[in-house]
Amino acid sequence: MVPAEQGGGVMRADLLAGPVPGLDEALAAVDAFDRTLVEGLSRPRPELSAGPAGLARAVAGSPLADRVAEAAGKAVAGAAGEDHFVALAAARTALLGSVHDALTTRVGEATGRPRGEETVPHPGGGQAANLHLAARSWLADLARSGWQGIDHDLVSGAAPVVSAMLPDPAMRRLATLLDGFAVELAASCPGASLERVPARRWADLWSRGMLLTLPGAAALPLSGTATGRLLPLGVDLQEHATAVQAQVHAVFEPADGTAPRLVRAGVSVPKPDTVVGAGLWQLLRPHMSLLAAVGDGCSMDLTDMPVTADGDLVWDDGQARRGDPADAFATARVALPAATDAATVPLDRHPARIAVPVFLEGYEAGTDDDGTLTFTVAGHALPVDTDRIPAAGPLTPEAVAASGACIALLRWDAGTYRVQPLAVERTVRKKAVALHAGGWAGGTADKAGVRAEKAATDAVAVLRERAGRLLRK
Amino acid sequence: MCIGDGALSDSDWERSSTVRVVAPARPRKLAKVPFVELADGRLQGVVSSGSDIERVYVSSVVAGTYAFACSTNNNRPCGGARGSFCNHIRALITEAVLQYGAERVARYLRVESADGEPSAQTITGGMSSTRPSQGDTTAAAPVFSRFLRHLAYLELAPTTAPLPEMQWFPPSRAVA
Repeated sequence: MVPAEQGGGVMRADLLAGPVPGLDEALAAVDAFDRTLVEGLSRPRPELSAGPAGLARAVAGSPLADRVAEAAGKAVAGAAGEDHFVALAAARTALLGSVHDALTTRVGEATGRPRGEETVPHPGGGQAANLHLAARSWLADLARSGWQGIDHDLVSGAAPVVSAMLPDPAMRRLATLLDGFAVELAASCPGASLERVPARRWADLWSRGMLLTLPGAAALPLSGTATGRLLPLGVDLQEHATAVQAQVHAVFEPADGTAPRLVRAGVSVPKPDTVVGAGLWQLLRPHMSLLAAVGDGCSMDLTDMPVTADGDLVWDDGQARRGDPADAFATARVALPAATDAATVPLDRHPARIAVPVFLEGYEAGTDDDGTLTFTVAGHALPVDTDRIPAAGPLTPEAVAASGACIALLRWDAGTYRVQPLAVERTVRKKAVALHAGGWAGGTADKAGVRAEKAATDAVAVLRERAGRLLRK
Repeated sequence: MCIGDGALSDSDWERSSTVRVVAPARPRKLAKVPFVELADGRLQGVVSSGSDIERVYVSSVVAGTYAFACSTNNNRPCGGARGSFCNHIRALITEAVLQYGAERVARYLRVESADGEPSAQTITGGMSSTRPSQGDTTAAAPVFSRFLRHLAYLELAPTTAPLPEMQWFPPSRAVA
């Protein structure tokens, strides 16, 4: 085990331990509102008035104050219209935005890195499309029925809206959100028989869906282009039944010698629910050369790659070529400590959106009372979210538990900071061996990996054959 | 129906933004049964014909009553589904158990397992023993169109524009 005292770049996990001022109060207001969505707002609910009223109180000093106060009154009277629900969703989002900011400040103290101060453009107005209005109407019906009132008829109302939205890239964000949300709701019908309700989660998805129906909310906040060297740290995979996204986290060193900064590059695609495991990489791989470069441990050189104000490269293979080999752990030890964290766009100020690359070393791996793996640093046990490691990859929870160094994303959920491993280093016969969560992103020669790739290829081939025969009849 | 939450207390689970509510589908071979789902109060899906590559059967079993139906995509009745489950419906149940896990299938269909863990066999047997009635084939058209919708997902273009909403959908190593 390496000594606990480390040089630059290692996260000060102990700084994450203390209470965050104001956090409990803000989350109590969120929880009270979330309970009203469990019960539903189709009829007068004086007994639930604390929820909407609490949101109104929380934003009383903001420009939202009047609209939210009116909406809260209407909601409790069982008379809320769609605009009222939008106002309540905005208030809840603003409140969680303040939680995000407080949590992120604490993260900055732990990493010791500077934070980007890029001004982030506010989305412009415009006309809501009919599909946006249809989505809003479905979401308003959900709020009226409450999670305990959902049934198959109500939930299936999302399907035609989602099907119409998915082919339009400008609507992909809202469509993907509603699609994943509707699958969960459908699997939870009828709501009356639910033993427990994921109240925070569904209120999150509901609020975000509501705000994405506003004109311009999903506009891409492009801020310029990036030219320089990209040093990958690791791959974060996200999936629901009918969508997948891979995001590469990396340090970007601008060619003009300005300060290095943290960026992401992602690729996403809708998918049939039976395409899983290695099949996810197969769907994504052809559309971002970076995945193969990461798999091979290489940097990439970018020329005029479009980049957003919050540090997302909008990847185009034509603007990138493979560079020299770049070990992710060398990047984490040397380049990461000096890199600037990306700014966050207003709508993305939410605790679930916190995913900050960190480097950990010299920890003591153990398990807490619930059996969760923890890394203990300076006496503070940090939970490790091993469930987030993709199944189709060489990294396993066992390897994480036996590791001596870890590149991770620092996240926060359900009241706790936790780390999601992107890669670990283990010492095998006195040599450091690295294992990456996204190790199979570009393909693999690993025996188990090859089997998984073959099974996934076969599954997609069957679906394509069926589609070819049946779809355009 | 809830998975990956072994380490979360009920109150933490309710206060989690990223708790996994539905387990990812388990990988299975799709050649025989390209599509199966638990939806609209039914176990329903599409079974490829063993003899005619152009033909598929649309099969379903209603949760609770186990009323069953099986017909071709051209709405010809399945010869095997007279009075009891045909082989298409049996295959549908087997593949559903592979994809979703026996427990979730049994719970959705409301099949009580007499003893121990449910399996494709006990679920099929449990439903057959109630001598379920043959339902009409009105579900066939919507199920087939859901299958086509499912296939259409393969035709949608990928994008490299950021999709921050996916932060709410972490992968899970837990299986159904």
